[in-house]
Amino acid sequence: MPGEIRRDEVRKMIAQGAQLVEVLPSPEYEEDHLPGAVHLPLRQIEARATEILDRKRPVIVYCWDTS
Amino acid sequence: MDGKLDWMAAGLPTEGTNALHPRAGDTARKDVPTCGLTDRLGDVRERVKEKAWDSVVVVNQEHVVLGLLRSAELAKDADLLIEQAMRPGPSTFRPYVSLHEMAHFMIEHKLENAPITTSDGRLVGLLLQKDVVAAMNKIAK
Repeated sequence: MPGEIRRDEVRKMIAQGAQLVEVLPSPEYEEDHLPGAVHLPLRQIEARATEILDRKRPVIVYCWDTS
Repeated sequence: MDGKLDWMAAGLPTEGTNALHPRAGDTARKDVPTCGLTDRLGDVRERVKEKAWDSVVVVNQEHVVLGLLRSAELAKDADLLIEQAMRPGPSTFRPYVSLHEMAHFMIEHKLENAPITTSDGRLVGLLLQKDVVAAMNKIAK
């Protein structure tokens, strides 16, 4: 079930094995991304999510900010 | 989540090409002395003189930056309270700002130092212009 979480919860979930996904375009991902995040641009999510992500672990998706 | 901007503004680590270059949060001095609004200026001055600092960051209990004391403020009447002596609401910068950008800004605005804070205003450290210049020179070599 999707939900919104804050920074502290993100850190906790990463420590527990959650997967991080950045959906921004390539140049932004290449410059900076959260440690361990995989790159899955928005337009490719439907096509590639099952190939890249582990269904058994929680997934945290982020972009630049909340707006 | 609040996004990458919030993560970086908190000074948390990132990976990528930018992470190879030093940023404001990496170079800021974390041991900068701090004081509260109701401290006496004379007491604060004595405390920081021992440590050879000429700047003090004024914070609240949550470590949110409220003001700054540079040499001019530290030289005021010893009996003033910090809230009467400080320079309130100084410009603050986020930890992810590149040193290159900080160098330009600090030199252009003649800032000897600048507080680095998280997006919610909590102190990360004090960035000294001399440290920025030294780091830039090191990179250039």
